[in-house]
Amino acid sequence: MTIVNAVLQGIFLGAFYAVLACGLSIMFGVMRIINLAHGDIAVLGAYVVFVIVQGTGMSPFVAFVVALPVMIVLGYLLQLTILERSLKSGILTPLLATFGLSIVIQNLLLIKFSPDVRSLGGEAGAVTTSSWQVTSGLSVSALGIVILVVAVLVFGALQLFLSRTRAGWMMRATADDADAAELAGIDSRGVYARATALAVAIAALGGLFLAIRSVFDPLSGPTQLIFAFEAVVIGGMGRLWGTLLGGLALGVAQTLGAQVNPEYSALSGHLLFLAVLVVRYGGLRLSFRAAR
Amino acid sequence: MTLLKVEDLDCRHGLLQAVRGVSFEVAQGETVALIGANGAGKTTLLRAIAGAHKPHGGRVLLDGADVTSMPAHRRVSLGIALVPEGRRLFPSLTVEENLRVAAARRGKWTVQSVLEVFPLLQPRRHMAAANLSGGEQQAVAIGRALMSNPRLLLLDEVSLGLAPIVVDAVYRSLAGILGEDTTVVVVEQDLTRALKVASRVICMLEGRIVLESAASSLDRDRVVSAYFGLKRPA
Amino acid sequence: MRVQRWTRTSKLFTGATVAIAVLLAAVPLVFDPDVVQKLTILLYLVLLAAMWNALAGYGGLLSVGQQAFIGIGAYGTVFFTGLGVSPYPAMVLAMLAAGLISVPISFIALRLRAAQFAIGMWVIAEAISIVVRLDQNLGAGTGISLIQLNQYAPNFRQAYTFWLALAFTVIFLSALFFLLRSPLGLSLQAIRDDEDAARSLGVRVASRKRLLFVLAGFGCGAAGVIIGANTLFIEPGSIFSVQWSAYMIFMVLVGGLGTFEGPILGAILLFGIQTTFTQGGPWYLVGLGATAALFALALPRGIWGTLEERLGLRLLPVGYRAVEKKGEERTA
Repeated sequence: MTIVNAVLQGIFLGAFYAVLACGLSIMFGVMRIINLAHGDIAVLGAYVVFVIVQGTGMSPFVAFVVALPVMIVLGYLLQLTILERSLKSGILTPLLATFGLSIVIQNLLLIKFSPDVRSLGGEAGAVTTSSWQVTSGLSVSALGIVILVVAVLVFGALQLFLSRTRAGWMMRATADDADAAELAGIDSRGVYARATALAVAIAALGGLFLAIRSVFDPLSGPTQLIFAFEAVVIGGMGRLWGTLLGGLALGVAQTLGAQVNPEYSALSGHLLFLAVLVVRYGGLRLSFRAAR
Repeated sequence: MTLLKVEDLDCRHGLLQAVRGVSFEVAQGETVALIGANGAGKTTLLRAIAGAHKPHGGRVLLDGADVTSMPAHRRVSLGIALVPEGRRLFPSLTVEENLRVAAARRGKWTVQSVLEVFPLLQPRRHMAAANLSGGEQQAVAIGRALMSNPRLLLLDEVSLGLAPIVVDAVYRSLAGILGEDTTVVVVEQDLTRALKVASRVICMLEGRIVLESAASSLDRDRVVSAYFGLKRPA
Repeated sequence: MRVQRWTRTSKLFTGATVAIAVLLAAVPLVFDPDVVQKLTILLYLVLLAAMWNALAGYGGLLSVGQQAFIGIGAYGTVFFTGLGVSPYPAMVLAMLAAGLISVPISFIALRLRAAQFAIGMWVIAEAISIVVRLDQNLGAGTGISLIQLNQYAPNFRQAYTFWLALAFTVIFLSALFFLLRSPLGLSLQAIRDDEDAARSLGVRVASRKRLLFVLAGFGCGAAGVIIGANTLFIEPGSIFSVQWSAYMIFMVLVGGLGTFEGPILGAILLFGIQTTFTQGGPWYLVGLGATAALFALALPRGIWGTLEERLGLRLLPVGYRAVEKKGEERTA
């Protein structure tokens, strides 16, 4: 039963990772950029919600709705100032520029909010604490369900956007061939800005979930980035639903590892990630060549 | 009435000069064939007119308006459409999505009318573009450009990589499109086809225009020597 | 037209560099241990910058995980002294261990391109830091002291550490220097300019990159050894921190990516900033991050790279120059 419970908790954890990873996947899929500041943007979102909650006393979920436009504007700004310029330069430039941005965000947050660890679990109310005992040894938390449902909804909505709307087709077309898209009358700059805004908004959602289910501090960003990136790679880079599955797989790997020893949690995820890399990019190809 | 005017255009790829001081005009309703060997600068010139390549110097004027610094997607809304070399469809989109995603302007060309001109695409409407044959892809690429109901249609090597029978079919469909009030500049490697379809011929060599003449008053020898740069001053 | 390697300027400067190295050896004999400790920092910064530049500037490999080898170097010292080896020989062994470990890691890491490589290296560093953190013998999460170094009086200890740092820096800089001047160096330049074209010409891209990766493994391990010896206390959170990558990126971007002299300039700059703003703290890091990002976007060639381009300056003879002989007619 404990294994089954661990897998179940892993799925809930994985849904959280999937939300974190979603934005990263969008930016990579459309612009081929890995935003090294992605985790810090999620944490920034958490702090924006935090400030609103502190100031108004509303529920974090409601506060998020208020925070969303702020984050979207930040996303547009990010694209138009940093990312657009770095797209034109080499392959290394976006990585270097977003790495610098990551350091800036972390330390500005540190200056403004101090290194204190915070959480919004209490303010989120009953949803954080409720859970149901399905059977002895198997418990389902309300928060876990909420995050899982939201994750599926977000990915589903994204899928619909990309396959049924013209704006979505424009995004896929620009991702396929930005130059041909321009020639077909598509404003690629606008598409990139929308993609970044979308990625930042979903990252902020990830930040909200981080704040509620756990704790956060100004330096939490890199950890979220690593988990998000691992989820994307495990699921297959550039695959939307792959990112959801990758997140779930990562979550389960971590909770199963924790069963062996609580300290092995993150390490299990790292090992799964490295194993996927070896199989996908290394060993498997070699064996095909040998077989021929 | 002049629709397109190119003035002293200078285009570079890094340090390499691809288009040197090119000037010409295209009148409304004309069909001009742009010929020349590989590397003569034809594709770069078309891309500069369409807005995909920023010129180093010179101007591009559409109907008198200077569009030289206008990005490509804005030129589409003004009525310039380029069918790029190598077709460049969006592989993950279906035929219909490829047509619908292009910016549309009001006019006779809609998804329906495009599919009528290229009936072989009808059953493949919801097929991913990557799975189409070369001829079908070329049809979609032309259709995609038509969706913006262009005043100036630029066709870059539509016969490239296609079997002669397929090229015949493509040109037959084009005949239904050309000769209306669309102005066309077509880049074509096949001299015979170029001379058949165009009223005027411009030949480029190493980035410069070396011959410009009405198609009817042209003989093959003149074209060949201009094309290959024979009998150049030493 | 002559193809020239050594110019008068570069001959002068190479001579000066050798002289500087000799002079530096005298530092512990002249200055207080405090000053020596500070200058040791400068040395390992130069080493780190040169190694990161070897990877990114010459190999196109942007790693955000070199702290893995820094940590292995530092903890390797702990490990070997724990086995009873004398501290300074243990340090050399630790450096070798870091380099050797980089070999199997390269077989995973080098499969990846660009961003995947960058973060993949980071994940590897995290994984290694977790493994170290779990080991009680290595001090687990709280850290460990290099108590065996207490057998030396502070002056001597600081001097030995400095000389070891100097030796490491000279060795690795020289190795890089000769590497770049060799036919290998030319193929590296080709890889940097256009990897696929280079491969089609028969350049064995994979093995060249592996060479750089392993060299950087040894080099960053060496730096880690010095960092540990210089502060005496090693803690996994800080020795495996991605902050080291931040410093490396800053030094190389600001100094000049892909130039030999640039990283050295960047290291001197960072050292200057660090010693001036000893308060450190978040504002200092905001400045570093913003500067690195700005250089990436606006001045990608760094200070030295831009100077080199504008003035045609080359202080150390790493490349070739085509020189027109006086009085020769220009043809074509």
